[in-house]
Amino acid sequence: MRWLFSLALTAMLMGAAIAQEAKLAEPLEARAQNLFEELRCVVCQNQTIGSSDADVARDLRSVVREKLTEGMTNQQVKNFLVARYGEFVLMKPAFAWHTVVLWVAPFALLVLGGIMAWLSAKRRRTVSTAKLSADEEKRLEALLNTPKK
Amino acid sequence: MIVELGHLALVLALSLSLIQSVVPVVGAFRNEPRLMATADVSSVGILFFIAVAFGALTYAYVTSDFSVVNVWQNSHSQMPLLFKYTGTWGNHEGSMLLWVLILALFAAAVSVFGKSLPMTLRAHVQGVQAWMLLTFLLFILFTSNPFERQPLALEGQDLNPILQDIGLAIHPPMLYLGYVGFSITFAFAVAALMEGRIDAAWARWVRPWAVIAWLFLTAGIAMGSYWAYYELGWGGWWFWDPVENASFLPWLTGTALLHSALVMEKREALKIWTVLLAILTFSLSLLGTFLVRSGVLTSVHTFATDPTRGLVILVILSAFVGGSLFLFVLRSNRLEAGGLFAPMSREGALVFNNLILSTSAATVLIGTLYPVVYEAITGAKISVGPPFFNLTFGPLMIPLLLAMPLGPLLAWKRGDLYAALQRLWFAFGAAVLALILVGGFIEGGPWLAPVGIALAVWLMVGSFAEIAQRANFRTAGLRTGFARLAGLPRTTWSTALAHFGTGLMTLGIVAVTAYETENVAQLKPGDTVRDGEYTIRMEGFTNRTGPNFTQSGVLLTVKKEGKVIATAEPSRRFYPARQMPTSEADILTFGFSQLYFSTADAQQEGTATVRIWWKPYVLFIWVGPIIMVLAALLSLSDRRLRIGGATRAARRRKEDGDALAV
Repeated sequence: MRWLFSLALTAMLMGAAIAQEAKLAEPLEARAQNLFEELRCVVCQNQTIGSSDADVARDLRSVVREKLTEGMTNQQVKNFLVARYGEFVLMKPAFAWHTVVLWVAPFALLVLGGIMAWLSAKRRRTVSTAKLSADEEKRLEALLNTPKK
Repeated sequence: MIVELGHLALVLALSLSLIQSVVPVVGAFRNEPRLMATADVSSVGILFFIAVAFGALTYAYVTSDFSVVNVWQNSHSQMPLLFKYTGTWGNHEGSMLLWVLILALFAAAVSVFGKSLPMTLRAHVQGVQAWMLLTFLLFILFTSNPFERQPLALEGQDLNPILQDIGLAIHPPMLYLGYVGFSITFAFAVAALMEGRIDAAWARWVRPWAVIAWLFLTAGIAMGSYWAYYELGWGGWWFWDPVENASFLPWLTGTALLHSALVMEKREALKIWTVLLAILTFSLSLLGTFLVRSGVLTSVHTFATDPTRGLVILVILSAFVGGSLFLFVLRSNRLEAGGLFAPMSREGALVFNNLILSTSAATVLIGTLYPVVYEAITGAKISVGPPFFNLTFGPLMIPLLLAMPLGPLLAWKRGDLYAALQRLWFAFGAAVLALILVGGFIEGGPWLAPVGIALAVWLMVGSFAEIAQRANFRTAGLRTGFARLAGLPRTTWSTALAHFGTGLMTLGIVAVTAYETENVAQLKPGDTVRDGEYTIRMEGFTNRTGPNFTQSGVLLTVKKEGKVIATAEPSRRFYPARQMPTSEADILTFGFSQLYFSTADAQQEGTATVRIWWKPYVLFIWVGPIIMVLAALLSLSDRRLRIGGATRAARRRKEDGDALAV
């Protein structure tokens, strides 16, 4: 009994016993690893649960593995964690009404910028071929009609 | 006593900048040369006094004068001497002082090197610079005074341990030189708007300053990235961390500015756009300062922050950005557009460059600010992490990298795309070869990796297409070819080198992202673990004591083909003064690749958790920017692009002409 106790204590003391974490059978483990990179370690500074050694990250990793074993899809696992920790936990914000500006803006801006560049180029071309003023026309006329000596 | 002298010097600098804010501008308005000339003296005086103040603060740090609140909060008597020097700017007050010191440096540079500028333009530029100096000196003196005293304390509270690193000695000053360097282009842009006049000479003047700021910013960001790579112990080199983004934003628009100023200088086109970019670039620098200094963002960089200061910086930010943009809207229609060009031309290519760079800057800006704004409006927190930036910024870069070798091959005004593509057949062949070799012979990695590497090779080889074309070895023969190479303008070489550096960086990024391996092992003394062709053996634990920390580590030996080739000692440090642990990764370099070791806290029961990364060609990520910086230096050495301006160049041209005549 004592050896069991000390084993449990050791396991508790292992701050970052990642190697000891029970890995899943292969197709599931790969999915788990992918999920780790998309979930934020909520107490860390900008780290995913895959890269963090914090206790919370370790707990979350085991939660993800557990839920995947239970047969949840990736999206269901994410939904489960969002329900617990809020959307803050998602490194990649979901595409929804409240993030539509975020996701669409880059491509909208590219198209908009392209159109503006095209329009201004077009305007420039028309400006340059603007008609001469009456005065200039007269001078041109005079120049063209000067007989060669 | 010396500390009070520093305080006094800061007040004197403030009063001089008050004078410079008014007198030269009035002088320009009334066209009185004597009033305008005062700025030449006052700007040097401001630099002198701020330097004295900075020196006084450094003195307080080096002598560990804990009667100064700022020193007491951020230093420790046992800290190594180097970090006592660098600790001067490892805190809010000191870094703001460094910020204005550099601002004053650039303001004085305009006075010293700008003798050839039109008098009113120079006076306006100096006036705008004085407004900035005045504002930030007021900010320092009233909200962030580094010279505040307190009853003597015996021991300091130590500098944040992760800042106790040689990387910090160089990274912030570099970054600030870049950030604040763009204050010159900003001042020029505002001055041009005030004058309502702008021409190619303006661009010729602005471009070298933009190059200087850009090269420091590039070096600063690259260095910061390497610092994060080895100091944080996470194995990553870019985290899309808000503060990283804040420094990346002015880099993106600054890079766009370099290219659009080129169009303006050579072809008098894109004037209004260039002015806008100059304003935006410095605005983003200010925004970066605000984001870092205000504590709006949670990040590894937000040491010593205070919300009230954040509010003041926000007001300053709005005043400068809003004011300059208002002036832009009001006056930009006075600036004449000039220079016509067909869409397929060098100008067109540079417009494309600007379109992509500005869009990607906007993307990064939105991604960085979205969580902040979202939380302010709804109260709910969301994360915008690396996956967002990889999905948006990444695709935006691809067309830019593809088009990069093409731009320099297109002629001004009207280019021939087909001819330009023909000159790139060699680069195309090299890229296809790389695609086949990598795709066929390297196992593992995502299927896109060979494509990424082919893109990098296309860029690296294609960058030299312009030079190859100009030398024209095939028809001209070796000797004439080499003579031509030597005779090429340095800016041509610098374009090729800078683009090549971008390609090399791309190669490193693709290689590491696609082929790096991570291995997490639980090791007891005597255990071994294999990583590729290397065998790593755990030898035992180490314990060391530093001047202001204790360190416990894991001793590893690395074997290749049965022979020990290196040892590594990843460790954890503990700094008792701040009760803070840090991770000390150990990195072994093999050519351009690295083995990266870091260890976690756990060391109980004789085992240690060690993370081992194999990072193939990771050093290219930083060698690329080093080459870009060298390229920028090379372009500055081109006699056509001197900050000294036209007089010297004109004189030399005359001398050259005389020599030819003889």
